[in-house]
Amino acid sequence: MSPENRNYMPESDVVGLNLKETELTLGMPGETRVTTDTGVKLGTKRGFSETIDLNLGRSNVKCHDKVCDDELENDVLGGATKSLTEKAQLVGWPPVRASRKNVMKSCKFIKVAVDGAPYLRKVDLEMYNSYQQLLSALEDMFSCLTIRNYLNEKKLMDPANGVEYVATYEDRDGDWMLVGDVPWKMFVESCKRVRLMKSSEAIGLAPRTPQKCSSTA
Amino acid sequence: MKMMMGSSFPEEVLEHVFSFIERDKDRNAISTVCQSWYEIERWSRRRVFVGNCYAVSPAILIKRFPDVRCLELKGKPHFADFNLVPEGWGAYVAPWIAAASSAYPWLEEIRLKRMVIPDDSLELISKSFKNFKVLVLSSCEGFSTEGLAAIAANCRNLRELDLRESEVEDLNQSSGHWLSHFPDNYTSLVSLNIACLNSEVSFTALERLVGRCPNLRTLRLNRAVPLDRLAILLHRAPQLVELGTGEASDLRPDVLSNLLGAFSRCKELKSLSGFWDVAPGYLTGVYPICPRLTSLNLSYAATIQSSDLIKLVSQCQNLQKLWVLDYIEDLGLEALAASCKDLRELRVFPSEPFGVEPNVLLTEQGLVSVSEGCPKLHSVLYFCRQMSNDALRTIARNRPNMTRFRLCIIEPRTPDYLTLESLDMGFGAIVEHCNDLRRLSLSGLLTDRVFEYIGTYGKKLEMLSVAFAGDSDLGLHHILSGCENLRKLEIRDCPFGDKALLANAAKLETMRSLWMSSCSVSFGACKLLGQKMPMLNVEVIDERGPPDSRPESCPVEKLYIYRTVSGPRLDMPGFVWTKDEDSALGLS
Repeated sequence: MSPENRNYMPESDVVGLNLKETELTLGMPGETRVTTDTGVKLGTKRGFSETIDLNLGRSNVKCHDKVCDDELENDVLGGATKSLTEKAQLVGWPPVRASRKNVMKSCKFIKVAVDGAPYLRKVDLEMYNSYQQLLSALEDMFSCLTIRNYLNEKKLMDPANGVEYVATYEDRDGDWMLVGDVPWKMFVESCKRVRLMKSSEAIGLAPRTPQKCSSTA
Repeated sequence: MKMMMGSSFPEEVLEHVFSFIERDKDRNAISTVCQSWYEIERWSRRRVFVGNCYAVSPAILIKRFPDVRCLELKGKPHFADFNLVPEGWGAYVAPWIAAASSAYPWLEEIRLKRMVIPDDSLELISKSFKNFKVLVLSSCEGFSTEGLAAIAANCRNLRELDLRESEVEDLNQSSGHWLSHFPDNYTSLVSLNIACLNSEVSFTALERLVGRCPNLRTLRLNRAVPLDRLAILLHRAPQLVELGTGEASDLRPDVLSNLLGAFSRCKELKSLSGFWDVAPGYLTGVYPICPRLTSLNLSYAATIQSSDLIKLVSQCQNLQKLWVLDYIEDLGLEALAASCKDLRELRVFPSEPFGVEPNVLLTEQGLVSVSEGCPKLHSVLYFCRQMSNDALRTIARNRPNMTRFRLCIIEPRTPDYLTLESLDMGFGAIVEHCNDLRRLSLSGLLTDRVFEYIGTYGKKLEMLSVAFAGDSDLGLHHILSGCENLRKLEIRDCPFGDKALLANAAKLETMRSLWMSSCSVSFGACKLLGQKMPMLNVEVIDERGPPDSRPESCPVEKLYIYRTVSGPRLDMPGFVWTKDEDSALGLS
């Protein structure tokens, strides 16, 4: 266990830091919260306008070995914010089953696959209120990817090899569509699963905007 | 071995005697007496429980027990409930069903927990076992309503279909809703639990089904069945003993009075659950049956607050089991302690598990009150945000009969809020006074000392869950060397490493399984352990790629060790690494 966390005292860490830049909290990715009495906004994430390399890496695994640390090149964040990030992203804590997590809301779990990665992830679409929040959460989950804000398109990229991914989803009718075309609520209702497809393979899907019509219908 | 005793009784007599012996432990003991008793016992064993589906293979099971009627299997480790086990890890039941379909034509009951079961397997079950009666799928996944339709259509003798907390994919079927696949002459349903289904339910099919099954005792509906329909169902099934309601957000007086009428006819009703999005006004409909209730699950009732909860529980004098949200607050738990003297089990779940500030007035005091007022309380699951050693000591002294104690202080490493010390002494008191404690979950600020107490006093402990606790390998060593009856140990985010694990390698063969995630165990140690202990499967679950691309001292992400008689499994996904993995050779 990291020496950083060994003497971790929640109160002192939170109070002492300037959280302007990175308002990370204990909430699940994308969950919006009420403002507390002290005016601290809980649960907010940075906006897309700040295109930051979020490469967070596997933040809850610590290597004591220096060589091992170097190999975790993805960890570009500094120490203090890193421990907050870990806190904010504690997987499986508190130990509450998915069906209980948001007792108020119904859950809508869908599977997310990334071309080239052998593992799937599950996300609960009900936890997000916008495409930005969803993509941001996907970026957190598949930590090798960063979000590139390019010409109003939301694409994901793996900086290690420059491969670009496009978010696509399968709807209720079995058709594969580009994520972002329909209003968010409609997307949540109709989405069955999400696939981050390599851009090179995404030709032929329903065009995003009239200007970007692909050659095949 | 000389057969002395066995040959003086005809086999039939011994078989008859053995038929009165049901517990696995006892049957296992009988089978070791002599060869002939082993043979008679194995041919007459009807009920088998496999706590870890990878500990034994279908072939080995069938070879030893050729005529099993009831099979229970468990798959993924417990922490899979909290998303700690990646998708695709395993626990596939298909090979078991395939093997059973030819070996056990008389199979009657299948109970699965945390396993992956595809529709094909459900169809195979429905067509292979003529006398199939009970299907319980607890926290399972991989199937859809198609599979359920096959069960409904083909299992003529089905008594129980229980999908508790499973994930079911809803497929729009052209052949009609799956419930309508129960044939018109099917009348043997006793128990139906579809509470986990997210989709709509065909009410007409449901009503007809309920109406023609006179032995129906248990009916747990899903959210989608509104309360106004519930009254209709209750009129058809006044003999119900256990009921789970759907949702009802609008309070309508006509619905309420129908409900009151329906409930008053249900003289046998003892257990209630459901209550999603229920307008609190509907609770008055429940008051008439409260005095008969022994079990109440309000853990999904997010719209019912403290004052209504107090009114409700105060009328449930015979309550034995209560699952509730922390909306009940300390005041409600005091009322519970005053009214429900027969209470055996209490679970209090967090309404806002990710909130930073407490949103309810629930503290350690609520649990203390219940421990004082309810002499039969022996099973507790409690989520809260503050705790003190004093409170834990009081609880321990009040309830030495505690058998299951699971405390989750939501913020990791929270100290005693009064003294700011660790909670070592408090949990120490629990293990010291509660001599029958079988299950324990720890939380809060804890040092190695608490593990010393657990190792010293936790002699009957079978399952231990540890998170964000301890200082060094000594903690793990205390557990492994002290807890003689330990079967399952699950640990996350603790500074436990190679030393304690390797020093207690032999202990691991006496346990069902050990889970360690975000600890300090190196891949080198895992390889060594796997090599030293051929009866263990040592699985490193690491999604960062081949472990030998990192230094051997680098800690693994997750580790799952379990004893097995069937060797390494053949269905491991790419992110599971064992001692045999060698990425340089291109094996995976």
